[in-house]
Amino acid sequence: MEYFAIVIGAIFVNNIVLAQFLGICPYMGVSAKVSTSVGMSGAVLFVMTLATIVTFLIYNYVLVPFNITYLQTISYILVISSLVQMVEIILKKVSPELYQALGIFLPLITTNCAIMGVALLTVQNEFNLMQGVVFAISHAAGFALAIILFAGIREHLDLMDLPKAMRGAPAALIVAGILALAFMGFAGLV
Amino acid sequence: MKQWRNFTKGFIKDNPVFILLLGLCPALGVTTSAFNGFGMGLATTFVLLGSNTVVSIIKNVIPNKVRIPSFIVIIASFVTIVQLTMEAYMPELFDALGLFIPLIVVNCLVMGRAEAFGSKNNIGSSIVDAMGMGLGFTLALTMLGGVREILGAYSIFGIQLIPGVTDGMLVFVLAPGAFIGMGYLIILFNYLKKKTA
Repeated sequence: MEYFAIVIGAIFVNNIVLAQFLGICPYMGVSAKVSTSVGMSGAVLFVMTLATIVTFLIYNYVLVPFNITYLQTISYILVISSLVQMVEIILKKVSPELYQALGIFLPLITTNCAIMGVALLTVQNEFNLMQGVVFAISHAAGFALAIILFAGIREHLDLMDLPKAMRGAPAALIVAGILALAFMGFAGLV
Repeated sequence: MKQWRNFTKGFIKDNPVFILLLGLCPALGVTTSAFNGFGMGLATTFVLLGSNTVVSIIKNVIPNKVRIPSFIVIIASFVTIVQLTMEAYMPELFDALGLFIPLIVVNCLVMGRAEAFGSKNNIGSSIVDAMGMGLGFTLALTMLGGVREILGAYSIFGIQLIPGVTDGMLVFVLAPGAFIGMGYLIILFNYLKKKTA
């Protein structure tokens, strides 16, 4: 039941993009086509879960015992960026197909504040490791839902005859606003 | 003259948020009121100023291959300074900005300026560039926060505009208003850019 609340809360109620404003850069940047947004979602799912596990271990077994939690920001960003590099190198060797699919999205993920945000939130909410993993996976699922929906809409938006000033980013942002409005309907679900 | 142009380019022509679309997460996330936007803008400006200066001082010492990780460490140190200072002296603002203070570290604006400007120019120009870009970012966040506060709560910087009326269009304080307000402000800035160009 507790896990159920985490999942529903992360995907619908506190959707990472549309309610918490994390990961807006990839959300605006790679949502022009449904296929690229699916690739990005895959990369986010992969890295977010790994990063949450690793940062959880570092926080609880290195930072807390040595009483150096003020180094949280520095250590997290270093761990996440080296993790992304490592994942890239390993994937290239072990699974070239997956690397092909995720390839260009992996380096972009380092600057994705959603990854770091979820890692920080896991600590803030005082989750244990299992809850943290579920939390990360469901946030990634929420990201996937938001970006794929958005990409679908944007593909149609390209064909619309919009006023010149609204084309591109402004129209996309306003559509995102309407999507956020729709997601507000889930408020109070858990 | 050249420095002046370098300084003012961040306000309208290359406004980091509305024209370059950098640092959108904090721009949308913390701008529930003009004051929060202003505070976030200044915090980011401080980090930008510090990191751009340090990067331009030690740019010749850092080997090219490890420059990105080095930039990250420099930026993260300044973020930690801001985080601890704010927690100690401005706890209310710290609580309001919450997660977005540590997340300055992944703000593409800060990284972008270090890579695109600080690592290529001398200290003087880097400081001017960081100040200009930081103030442009602050301007953008304060504007978006102002618009949302005026429409959402009929107040600006906490001052009521219509005495006795406090419940505005709530949607502008909540998430959808951030996206919609941002969309229309981008249209405005595109117009201003065209006009000044």
